[in-house]
Amino acid sequence: MREIPEDLFEIRGKRLGSRLFLGTGKYGDDALIPDVCAASGAEVITVALRRVDPDAHTGNVMDHIPRTMRLLPNTSGARTANEAVRIARLARAMGCGDWIKIEVIADNNYLLPDGYATVRATETLAAEGFVVLPYVNADLYVARDLVSAGAAAVMPLGAPIGTNRGLQTREMIRILIEEIDLPIIVDAGLGLPSHACEAMEMGADAVLVNTAIATANDPVTMARAFGEAVRAGRLGFLAGPGAQRMRADASSPLTGFLGGDGA
Amino acid sequence: MSFAEVMNAYAGLDIAKAIQGCQRQDVIRALNKDRLRPEDLLALLSPAAGNMLEDLARRAAQVTLRQFGRAVQLFTPLYVSDFCVNRCLYCGFNAAQAGPRRQLSLDEVRAEAEALAATDLKQVLLLTGDARHKATLEYLEGCLGVLRGYFPSLILEIYALTTQEYVRLIAAGAEGLTIYQETYDQDRYARLHPSGPKRDYAFRLDAPERGCAAGMRWVNVSALYGLGDWRLDAFWTAMHARWLQDRYPGTEIGLSLPRMRPHAGGWQPDEPVSDRVLTQILLAQRLYLPRAGITLSTRESPTMRENLLPLGVTRLSAGVSTSVGGHGATKTGTPQFEVADNRSVAEIAAMLRGRGFQPVFKDWQPF
Repeated sequence: MREIPEDLFEIRGKRLGSRLFLGTGKYGDDALIPDVCAASGAEVITVALRRVDPDAHTGNVMDHIPRTMRLLPNTSGARTANEAVRIARLARAMGCGDWIKIEVIADNNYLLPDGYATVRATETLAAEGFVVLPYVNADLYVARDLVSAGAAAVMPLGAPIGTNRGLQTREMIRILIEEIDLPIIVDAGLGLPSHACEAMEMGADAVLVNTAIATANDPVTMARAFGEAVRAGRLGFLAGPGAQRMRADASSPLTGFLGGDGA
Repeated sequence: MSFAEVMNAYAGLDIAKAIQGCQRQDVIRALNKDRLRPEDLLALLSPAAGNMLEDLARRAAQVTLRQFGRAVQLFTPLYVSDFCVNRCLYCGFNAAQAGPRRQLSLDEVRAEAEALAATDLKQVLLLTGDARHKATLEYLEGCLGVLRGYFPSLILEIYALTTQEYVRLIAAGAEGLTIYQETYDQDRYARLHPSGPKRDYAFRLDAPERGCAAGMRWVNVSALYGLGDWRLDAFWTAMHARWLQDRYPGTEIGLSLPRMRPHAGGWQPDEPVSDRVLTQILLAQRLYLPRAGITLSTRESPTMRENLLPLGVTRLSAGVSTSVGGHGATKTGTPQFEVADNRSVAEIAAMLRGRGFQPVFKDWQPF
């Protein structure tokens, strides 16, 4: 079989072998996390710092994250840029590394991110040497500001967090993929492996999936399904799909009588 | 603007009659919507919906799983003072009740905190009666100061305060506020609260909003079901919560499901709220407010709590004492209400794990 050329994916010089990122929320039992990681093939996992309790005797989500995974702490719960910055600094002080996913959400009804506050937090943290992955609406202006602010990637939402509605922001994400010269990681709203596959086929660099895996009847099998869907979607993108047509091609071309290439 | 204006806008509508008039197809329509309107809430609280609880339950379980996953926050109340000047006819702390009253010294609060911290809980609900001259604002600041050293999340369940007073207690470490209107029926409210500052219906009604305006991260509202017509109280509670959500999107608005339990005063509800009714209230409110956390206290039996969990409950108390000084080595006061689920924190956590839920101890800390 012909070998497929190596498909490099890097964030700030860190090479990643999988384009699926995982979350740690909503599991019935955090002890599932190692099997979910293994089944999905993912290498990056995000964790809400607000739930981390290093002193807990009751179990700590960090105890279940395999050491081989790259930790992406997130600022979930932050309502302002300042809160996000303080959470990020605490994450680093706790030894969670320099990667940080910025979430600033001041609307509990739809859990939509505040783009302005996210840009401000990104600016501050990037200047402090963090590798900042901001979660935002699929908005070109916000994405451009994030590039200027020093973000390492842009994480637009496919649909509001936890809704499992798929790529509702498809056209806006397509614009980000075309215009923004940073990895585009579709985060939130992907409810089915086919949604993740579609994002990858469009040319997204990666996806982050939590609710759809954590709340599945069988999270481990769902994690594997997402892993395979992401690989399939990526290959589909790399292969360069044929142009889509609205109608079937006429089997007998109407201009065949002209001969030559035009036929 | 006050929620009272929203209530006034409905003054011309006989809500009880509207609820009774809802038909099966109104319930089905509500079940097929993503964002429910007030008329859908009426349908879900109707007798027609009461005959369709299984349909409501299936949808509510789905919505809850998607929004909250399988995580359940654990907390416990800490009663620090049972002095009270109100005469709420249904309450064990009623000023007319004989018997000694007690308020913990800050050293005693520390002893309670140490005992509670040993159970691994990280969220504590600080409770007092309504006696400003005893449980003063300075005293509450002192309590919060002590508790802050042990728990990352502190919630108030105390007498209604002004916005500025809430601001002070937030600065002292309060993250959230629980305050129940008890009943939204004004006449019934006046009869049940014959004297004391709590008699002021409007001041109480606006307290959750003042908490939001002051900057609370989390505000929990409810009626105490059984005091008034449960359908109306469930309706107004959910309407109140939605109104707060819309006005204060940065504050997380939660609900509780307290129903009357027997207590020392012997007051019994006119219309007891059956298990079936409590279940319908939970389901209707869950569907109307898919993002609201819902708390179920130890007023409920272990069986009831376990069965209601997957239908929308996201927060459980554990290791509960409803008496002042109930956790430490100090002497204990009279309970506010009888606890129907006496299980320890470890037992509740084990029950949750056994049922496929993850007990969440810490969900926030001041950053």
